[in-house]
Amino acid sequence: MNGRNRVVVTGLGVATPIGLGIGEFWDALLVKRSGIKRIEAFDPAGFGCQIGGELPPFKFGDFIPKTYRKSSKVMARDIVIAVICAYYAVKDAGLATKCIVERGESDGPSNVDSRRFGANIGAGLICADLNELAGAMSLAVDEHRKFSLKNWGAEGMQNLTPLWLLKFLPNMLACHVTIVHDAQAPSNTITCGEASSHLAIGEAFRTIARGDADVCICGGAESKINPMAIARPHLWNRINRDGNDRPESASRPFAADRHGMVPAEGGGLAILESLEHARKRNARIYAELVGFGSSCNTKSWSGRTEDDDSLILAMEKALADAATKPEEIDLVCACGMGAPGADAAEMSCWSRVFGDRLNTIPAMTVRGAVGNNGAGTGAIDFATTVTALYRRTIPPSINTAPPDEKCQLRFVKDEPIDAGVHAAMTVGYAMSGGQNAALLVRRFEE
Amino acid sequence: MSRRVVITGMGCVTPLGHDIERVWQRLLAGDSGIGTNTLFDAGTYPTTFGAQVKDFELAEFLGEETARHTGCSRNTAFALGAAEMAWKHAALERDLALDPTRIGVYLGGGEGPIDFDHFSAAAVEGCLDDSGKPTTLDTVRWAKRALELLSAQHELEQDPNLAASHLAVRFNAQGPNFNTLTACAASTQAIGEAMHLIRHDDADVMISGGTHSMLHPLGLTGFNRLTALSTRNDTPETSSRPFDRTRDGFVLGEGAGILILEELKHARSRGATILGEITGYGSTADAFRITDIHEEGRGAFAAMKMAMDAAGVEPADIDYISAHGTSTEENDKIETLAIRRAFGDHAKNVPISSIKSMLGHLIAAAGAVELITCVLAIRDGIIPPTMNYQHPDPNCDLDYVPNKARKARVRIALSNSFGFGGQNDTLVVRAFEEAAS
Repeated sequence: MNGRNRVVVTGLGVATPIGLGIGEFWDALLVKRSGIKRIEAFDPAGFGCQIGGELPPFKFGDFIPKTYRKSSKVMARDIVIAVICAYYAVKDAGLATKCIVERGESDGPSNVDSRRFGANIGAGLICADLNELAGAMSLAVDEHRKFSLKNWGAEGMQNLTPLWLLKFLPNMLACHVTIVHDAQAPSNTITCGEASSHLAIGEAFRTIARGDADVCICGGAESKINPMAIARPHLWNRINRDGNDRPESASRPFAADRHGMVPAEGGGLAILESLEHARKRNARIYAELVGFGSSCNTKSWSGRTEDDDSLILAMEKALADAATKPEEIDLVCACGMGAPGADAAEMSCWSRVFGDRLNTIPAMTVRGAVGNNGAGTGAIDFATTVTALYRRTIPPSINTAPPDEKCQLRFVKDEPIDAGVHAAMTVGYAMSGGQNAALLVRRFEE
Repeated sequence: MSRRVVITGMGCVTPLGHDIERVWQRLLAGDSGIGTNTLFDAGTYPTTFGAQVKDFELAEFLGEETARHTGCSRNTAFALGAAEMAWKHAALERDLALDPTRIGVYLGGGEGPIDFDHFSAAAVEGCLDDSGKPTTLDTVRWAKRALELLSAQHELEQDPNLAASHLAVRFNAQGPNFNTLTACAASTQAIGEAMHLIRHDDADVMISGGTHSMLHPLGLTGFNRLTALSTRNDTPETSSRPFDRTRDGFVLGEGAGILILEELKHARSRGATILGEITGYGSTADAFRITDIHEEGRGAFAAMKMAMDAAGVEPADIDYISAHGTSTEENDKIETLAIRRAFGDHAKNVPISSIKSMLGHLIAAAGAVELITCVLAIRDGIIPPTMNYQHPDPNCDLDYVPNKARKARVRIALSNSFGFGGQNDTLVVRAFEEAAS
């Protein structure tokens, strides 16, 4: 087996309700922008929650080679988001992948060996385009205008495009990204709800550490902004129902008056690279990824309750993996869905792992600004963590006040603060199902 | 010396039964698990048949514990049944000294079947105006009906990570918990990555494999629209014919396969029976086209090569290849080509078979069940056949062990799984020997 390579972060690409690309996203965080507003993608009036985080407008052609434009017809929104993130990530890392070369944005040929370039992209349960599917189904009714499986099998299904299924397979995020950028090394699709990105980044970290790839594009993406994805958390009583008249302050992580998560779309992809490979091409190094741990709740699979302490094991494993003590961590990036039980459970886990130290180090959460990004959640948090470390700046965390009295996380509230952070932890966990994961990054030092 | 990863338990729920030994005997006898679809009325679909799991009762496996999992999805139930079997097979239920933080789960678990009746009813009503005339979808009307009709639990249990979560609860597996959904490659990928988690000391025991059921009205729709399925509705039992010239598509199946992977010293310390050792894993992407496999089988070749290199074996060391062998025109031709590339002159000497000829394609679960049969082939010195092979195809000119099981000494086997969209995974499994290879 190969020795353990050091793994560094050399590129970040995000697509969030407050900005596309790490620069725009970061600037919006610093000025405390919220990306939550009334949903525009469809008429949300039938739902208790009518707000969400939608991406700013974009031209998809800006992110793919011209020859690939036709393929966007077989992409669910989740896939589109992943492909956007991939473009930003490779550009940010200075990687001249196939896409960048074909777009004429590189002076030379590709500078990455496709056979050593892997992908690990988390995805959610992609919801079918309701307009398309319901439209086709409504043509397969019997004389009482009830859906008829007989008519559907005989004719109705013909109203779906032949490639219909391919729009919604979760692995298509990775498949499209690997095609566009020609990444042929290990390729995976982790589907563990909001824990997906952390698990994907952690696994890619291991893949590079053991020498199975030199570069990995990893993270996750999802869109919760479609009628089916909004309907489901209504059934679970997990969604925010009383922020419709003040969307910007509706997503309230760890606040005493939080009342449910706000659905959003978004994602992030990071470029991880072996230190040796990054050095060889003189890449800018943001930070070093040093620890990964994961765990699972074994008491329940149906949602995060206040007493769920299963995240602690993932945090402890990440610390042990990095041979780092809690006292060495000087920044924490909390998830904070704004859900009463899940946030209570998370804050208690932070307190139990870090003790009173938590009162003395800065914390941040971006959920107040971007909402619940599903499988993309963790990648956005990871990008935020890495950027804070690299820029020595902690962005303010909006909508976290008044704080829950049990919360020991010390969020920066008003202005960003300068802080020479050395090591930071970010956590992720599934809202349905029990998966947890933690990642630990360090300021890069020779 | 890195930590070695061995197999100490196996279980499966398949269209040929839910008992490892019985399924194995039926595979060796060439039985077919394929027949008319009775899960729903597919009479007017282009494909009216499938490989469905029959007579499966979770209570037969879990007893009183079944109540705790009431309302779980069909694929979670399959996973629980197969995992219970594997756990007992590994004699883990008797081991009270297990450290739960060192037990993990890595599944290639599919999404649970959609709540089709309620979904379609809400969809149709959302497309009617006040007078009941069809119109374009009104999301407000749809929302009202969907929230009335859809069930909170059914929707929750549909998420692809839920089967893995149920297993964590059932076996108190507090360690790493992953679910991958790289389509048809998922469970092979899960087992490969689970092996690495153990090697890296993230866990000592991993419950790994896959589970899936796409035999529901929308799943069948998706594959029928892709024209990926066989449409031999008059002869379902012989419709899956991998590598045969007359093959016309795969047969949609369902089921689960679960293996207990364990770090060697851990297995030894509790006196476990060691069934085999996983020594190689390869994962690649075609990075070619969403709808087509790379013409030269670039990704498939690279996955096999990577797995053999990782296992430290040469093509001549491989005694058996469990093919992805889906019975589609494209896969079987290109897989053959990729094997030729990866194995060179030795390609024509290696017996290759596809049990999909009997079980159909279990999608995310396929690779795990196929790996189980590799372990059994090693144990019993017999290779399961590729059934329904009658018409040689000039593009598929290797030894596919046609129509009849074959006795052969099998020490090292290689198992392929290739996902739609171009994710490819290969595992190498070998007979356990004290001295590391």
